[in-house]
Parts: sequence; structure tokens; C-alpha cells
Amino acid sequence: MAAESLFGVHGAALEVRSQRMGLLASNIANASTPGFKAKDVDFRTALASVEGQGADAFAKAVQFRVPSQPTMDGNTVELNQEQTAFAENAVQYQTTLSFLNGRIGQITRALKGE
Amino acid sequence: MASSQPMTIFQVAGRAMSAQLVRMNTTASNLANAGGVAGSEAAAYKTMKPVFRTSFDQATGLATVDVEKVVTAGEAPTKRYDPNNPMADKDGNVFDAAVDETRELVDMMETARTYQNNVEVMQTAKQLIVDTLKMGR
Repeated sequence: MAAESLFGVHGAALEVRSQRMGLLASNIANASTPGFKAKDVDFRTALASVEGQGADAFAKAVQFRVPSQPTMDGNTVELNQEQTAFAENAVQYQTTLSFLNGRIGQITRALKGE
Repeated sequence: MASSQPMTIFQVAGRAMSAQLVRMNTTASNLANAGGVAGSEAAAYKTMKPVFRTSFDQATGLATVDVEKVVTAGEAPTKRYDPNNPMADKDGNVFDAAVDETRELVDMMETARTYQNNVEVMQTAKQLIVDTLKMGR
């Protein structure tokens, strides 16, 4: 694909970050729902499937989180862990954005011939 | 409750905030009625609790939370012998509201924290979307 050679891995990476943000937001939203099982993805697996099969393949990489402590109500959301993951993911999203912006700036400068 | 539109991250956080607000309202009602007495067991105030239920969106893989119903929970009202109370029944008993104030306060703190978490999620998501819109400028 032409777009892939232009932006490299960053297009797929942005998609994975964006979908992971939704996943972590769902975990945080259900922090006090009895029986809710928290989910997350392994970035490498998710990136590989999104790169290979498109954005919808993200769902295949989703896995249940293994809780470090059991709870009485069966909820496996550990808020501190989710908050850390959410903050980390937000920073990574912004990093990917700046990679993309840098690439766009580079191409624009090359096209203008400055 | 189900809409035909795919769920967005704003709906996830927004509906979770509404659910927490319902929980806060029940806590407020419980605390307001703590210490109240009634003339019969049926008339006495009983603790109210919301029942949370996950709402899963198949299309996007997102999950939010809704309040399914509000139920009365906790212990039965305490019968107390107090013949001088104007609310007392013919045997001289009154019924105290069944509210565990400590548990309600702990619940309130947890609700406030969860609500704040969802506000934070929404703000971060908004900022990232705005930044994405500015991409290439």
C-alpha cells in the first residue's frame, strides 16, 4: 500500500493506540460493575494484526487481564493499573502523532523544494 | 437504551458518569434518612442501592455501564422500645432507618473517585482527538 510506505508503521500504531484507549476507558467505566472482566491488548500482537488485516483485526488481539488480586464481586479492574495504562497510552498516542506530524512536515518541505 | 450508532469513547465515559451520579443520589438519600424513625417496619426507611450492569457494544468492542435498577438492600430496620416517641406503635416500639452511615460514606468516596476518573478519561480523549485533528498543520 502506498500509504504504508509514506507513514511507515505509524498509521497502524495510531489505530492501535486509539482502539486501546477505548478499551482502557471501558475498563475504567466499569470499575465498580460486579463481574466485569478487564481487557487489554499486547501491543506487538495488536500492531501485527492491524498492519496485516486492517483496523477491524484489533479485536482478535484483545485478551482478558489477569488480576493480581481476586475480588469478592468478580470484578477484575484494578484502578491504579488501568489509570497507569491509560496515561501511558495517551503519551504513546501523542508520540505517534508527533512522528506522523514530523513525516508530514518532511514530505511537505520536500514537495515545496525549500 | 441501545442505539444504532456505534459507541464512542465519550458515551463510555458519559454513561459511566451518569451511573455514578445515580449511585451518588442513592447515597445522599440514604444519608439524609439516617437516624429517621417510623411507626412500623414497612414504613421505615431502607437503604437503597443501584445495580450496575455492563453495556457491551459488539461493533466497537467498547463497554460502558448502566444502572439496571435501584433496589433496597442492607439490614432490616431496627426495632427499638421507646414509648415516649410520638411515632411509637401500640406496643411502644419505633423502627430506626436501616442505614449504615460508615458504609454510605465509604461508598460516597468511591463514587466520587470513579466519577473523577471518568472525567479524566473524557478530557484526555478530547485532547487527543483535538490534537489528531490538527495533524499536518
